[in-house]
Amino acid sequence: MTKHFLGDTATLLGRSLRHIARSPDTIITTVITPIAMMLMFVYVFGGAIRTGADSYVNYMLPGILLITVASGIAYTAYRLFMDLKGGIFERFQSMPIARSSVLWAHVLTSLIANLISVVVVVLVALLMGFRSSAGVAAWLAVAGIIALFTLALTWLAVIPGLSAKTMEGASAFSYPLIFLPFISSAFVPTDTMPGPVRAFADHQPVTSIVNTLRALFTEQPVGADLWIALAWCAGLLVLAYAFAVTTYRRKIS
Amino acid sequence: MTTQRTPAIQVRGLEKSYKELKVLRGVDFTVAPGSIFALLGSNGAGKTTAVRILSTLLRPDAGTAVVNGFDLATQAAKVRESISLTGQFAAVDEILTGRENLVLVARLRHLADPGKVADDLLERFSLADAGGRKVGTYSGGMRRRLDIAMSLIGDPPVIFLDEPTTGLDPQARIEVWQAVKDLAANGTTVLLTTQYLDEAEQLADRIAILHEGRVIVNGTLAELKRLLPPAKVEYVEKQPTLEDVFLTLVGAPTGTGAMPKDPR
Repeated sequence: MTKHFLGDTATLLGRSLRHIARSPDTIITTVITPIAMMLMFVYVFGGAIRTGADSYVNYMLPGILLITVASGIAYTAYRLFMDLKGGIFERFQSMPIARSSVLWAHVLTSLIANLISVVVVVLVALLMGFRSSAGVAAWLAVAGIIALFTLALTWLAVIPGLSAKTMEGASAFSYPLIFLPFISSAFVPTDTMPGPVRAFADHQPVTSIVNTLRALFTEQPVGADLWIALAWCAGLLVLAYAFAVTTYRRKIS
Repeated sequence: MTTQRTPAIQVRGLEKSYKELKVLRGVDFTVAPGSIFALLGSNGAGKTTAVRILSTLLRPDAGTAVVNGFDLATQAAKVRESISLTGQFAAVDEILTGRENLVLVARLRHLADPGKVADDLLERFSLADAGGRKVGTYSGGMRRRLDIAMSLIGDPPVIFLDEPTTGLDPQARIEVWQAVKDLAANGTTVLLTTQYLDEAEQLADRIAILHEGRVIVNGTLAELKRLLPPAKVEYVEKQPTLEDVFLTLVGAPTGTGAMPKDPR
């Protein structure tokens, strides 16, 4: 069985990528909200926000990238849910294939789709004046952290994708994730927030990830934030993966 | 007539419950290789549950089943190599074209020339012209034909068809029936579930009536008909239809007064 894992995953990955190529609206709807937020924050609120950074678009891009991923993974849940509902999931499961490749194909598709969305958002940010002096190594680190974040959220998305009863249910879980960056250092420095809010903002995963990305973009030392960010992502990844696989086993047994 | 061969499907004491609800309460039946076996029953009789168990999608609570010589509990992977499932709803990818759907399944079955397999099947199921179109644009009958074509890839010796014609128009229905007959003629064992009595009558070599989680009768159409005496009508002798047999065994809906037991 496992000897077919790579081949079967590649075949199924090809299928899901075709879905994305044929309905690019999934990419467009993923990037449209973050781009709209970016426009609003930069050209409407941005002038009134004091961040200490030289340009507000530079300051808020890391948070926008996380919002992009958070809204993109809703489609992973959606695609998985549609496979289950349409019966093709059962067809795959009743065939002599490596059964886990069905999930892995969706996970890899999510990584690729979100990567495309993130690139689109970065390009728009460049048009809006985003500039970074970061070198190749720093950009690779940014890509790595975003990939790890995407992977963790994707496995999280697999859970509702497998267990939701309705399409709305399958994607609703992403709304809180999209709003999490607002209570973090993504758009404003946390030190203007009242005590309890600030305590939450300082200690939730988005802040450490945003601070790390911001430091990488501006060639500042990343400090402890990097390790905290990696710990959050890895922890979430392990937890989400374990739950997703348990849900999957229950589904196919 | 071939002599006694090992049955293609052998089911013994199959039980399955969903929480309190007992869906299967000890189902037994045997299907001869190359035959068409119909599991007939109303909605909720447990037909789909039985098929899902036999196609390794669901674990039974009790009982054993052997498919194509492989034990369901211990050799599930071998069972999956021997079977193909066509579920209640056409399990096709709407965004891909008909041909891409077939190529996808051929790849997953690790066949040598997926493209050729796809083209042959498109031809055989009169889908050659539609092969390059997205399945989302197909009619119900075309979708079902593609669905069945996908199930045939790799020539599995046993095919499960779960309500293959539910929701199809009469024309599409006849097309599907023909496809099923062709399959059995080529030696494939077909287990189909249906709630349509005429479908079982048309297709099946043997019919088992599944009612409230048990097989209450199992036989050829002729055998089933013999279970009832010819209906006593005053001036015309009328052979019972399969529908009569079914409704008598299962119990007619209350209020119709059509049951022979009706004391009148």
